[in-house]
Parts: sequence; C-alpha cells; structure tokens
Amino acid sequence: MKHAYIWGGILTIAFFSVVGDVLLARAMKQVGDVHALLRRAGLWTVVGRVLTNPNIFMGVAAMTVAFFTLLFALSWGDLSLVAPAAASLTFIGNAFAAKVFLHEKVDRRRWIAAVLVATGVALLAG
Amino acid sequence: MFARCAQVRQRQRRALQDDSTTECQVTFRKYLVLAGVTVFGAAGDSVLSHGMKQLGSISIHDLPSVIFAVLNPFVALGIVLLLAFIVLNMTALSWADLTYVLPATSMGYVLLALSARFILHEQVSVMRWLGIVLISGGVGFIAGSPALTSHAHEDQRSPLLAAQDAARNGAPAGASDHDAPAEEVISGGVES
Repeated sequence: MKHAYIWGGILTIAFFSVVGDVLLARAMKQVGDVHALLRRAGLWTVVGRVLTNPNIFMGVAAMTVAFFTLLFALSWGDLSLVAPAAASLTFIGNAFAAKVFLHEKVDRRRWIAAVLVATGVALLAG
Repeated sequence: MFARCAQVRQRQRRALQDDSTTECQVTFRKYLVLAGVTVFGAAGDSVLSHGMKQLGSISIHDLPSVIFAVLNPFVALGIVLLLAFIVLNMTALSWADLTYVLPATSMGYVLLALSARFILHEQVSVMRWLGIVLISGGVGFIAGSPALTSHAHEDQRSPLLAAQDAARNGAPAGASDHDAPAEEVISGGVES
C-alpha cells in the first residue's frame, strides 16, 4: 500500500511538472522572442505581455501543485527514489507532451537525448 | 527606372547585412542564456540547500519559521539565483523548443556532481560517473539539432527573413510574414 502511495505521488509530481513546463513554453511562444521584443519594444512591453498571459499563471499553479506533492511524497518515500524518478519521468513526459501539445518535431535525436538525460538523472540522484 | 531598382536592391542588401550582424550577436546571447539557465539553476539549488541545512529541520506545523528562513543570507541568495534561473529559462523558451531547452540545460546536474567531487571533496560513485556521461551524451545529441521546430509566433520572424522573402517574391517586406515555413525560422536560431 505504501508503494502505491509513493508511486502515485511520483506520477502526480511528473504529471503536474509536465503540465507546468508545457504551459510555460506555450505562454513564452505566445509572448514572442524576448530578445527581438526587447530590441524593438523595450522591457515594459515584454513584462506586460508576460504578466497578461493566462498560461503563465496556470503553468506556475501546476508547478506549485507539483512542488507540494513532492513535499507530501517525501514524507512517504525516500528522497533518493522520489526525486530522480519524478525528474526522469518528467523528461520523458515532456518529450511526449511537446510533440502532442506544442507540435514540436521530436525526432529520433531528441528522443535519444531525452532518454539519455532521464537515465543519467536517475543514476546521478539515485 | 533602372537606377531606382539598383538603389532599392542596394538598400535591401545593406538591410540584410545589418540584420545578419544582429542575428550573430543574438546567437551568442542565446548561448549565454542557456549557460545562465544551467549555472543559476545549479548554484541556486546548492546555495539554498546550504542555507536550509544551516537552519536545521523545520516542522511543517511551524510555517512562520519557513518565512523567517528568508532572513538567512544563503537562503536569500539562493532565492535570487533561482529567480534569475526562472527568468532566463522563460527567455530561452521564447525562442527554443521545450525539448531543446530541457536537455540543453540539464548539464546543471553534472555541474552539481562535479562541484561535490572537486570543491566539497565528496566521493562520487561509479554509477554517478555513469550518470554524468549519459547526461553529457544527451546534451551532445541536442547540441547539433535545430533550436526551434514548432511554428513560431510572428514576432519571432526576424527582419532578415522578411527581407529575404520579399526579395524572393518581389513583394514588400512583411507581406509574406505569415507564410514562412518553420524551417526558415530555425536557420535564424541558435544554429546559425
């Protein structure tokens, strides 16, 4: 039963981290290239565009849920299991979500990179 | 008539040269942004962790002590570094794919492990060295790929590309802004 709680927590952390990352990425694509905007329209235009984008706030909310789930999951399981497992699943989940929701071209090279980094993080933090 | 065409072409050529110079500068800045995400993320985590260890364990029922933890200089510095990380990460996401930014900035994990070995003189196990090799390999795979593959926001269209389209189609610059394939935008990214 304890394992179910721990893995439920890990999956919840990964899910909300992916949702947060995707929403932030979508929001920043809607804002536009910050370098070009800064050059053309100045800092306040960039700040205004960021703060009026609802996806930013939804992304931050999703990341907040992921953070508090991490705190709860750490009270059920070891840090050496929860943190690397959640980080690895987030890397793989982001590759799927970016392909489906952000329409990124996730080719073989990017899949290999995501799997290598996810495995590396699991080994490093485990 | 011919003289006016020559003048227009010369002006276009000059605009292309100016924009290509600007693109190069931005490219260097983009690499700096990615490096900043990596370094500020790793530094913020370790400084914050150091500060929290100085404070000792905090009970979840004692929330005010979490707020007062900000008064610790290491915790405050860690928060500032992590804020810089968030801003730079959002900047990178404005011109690069999520599946590019995440692996490209994962070298922060490697930096943390290397600083543990060479600054804190901690023992790094064989498995951790293997993890470092795998992450570095993943970053190497991403390094050669285009930064942006999704359809870019129209603000991301550089004047250089608009001028190139205009020169190709014989239409005024900006007229073909919405028809540009994503691959053209890629060429103005980190790759160039």
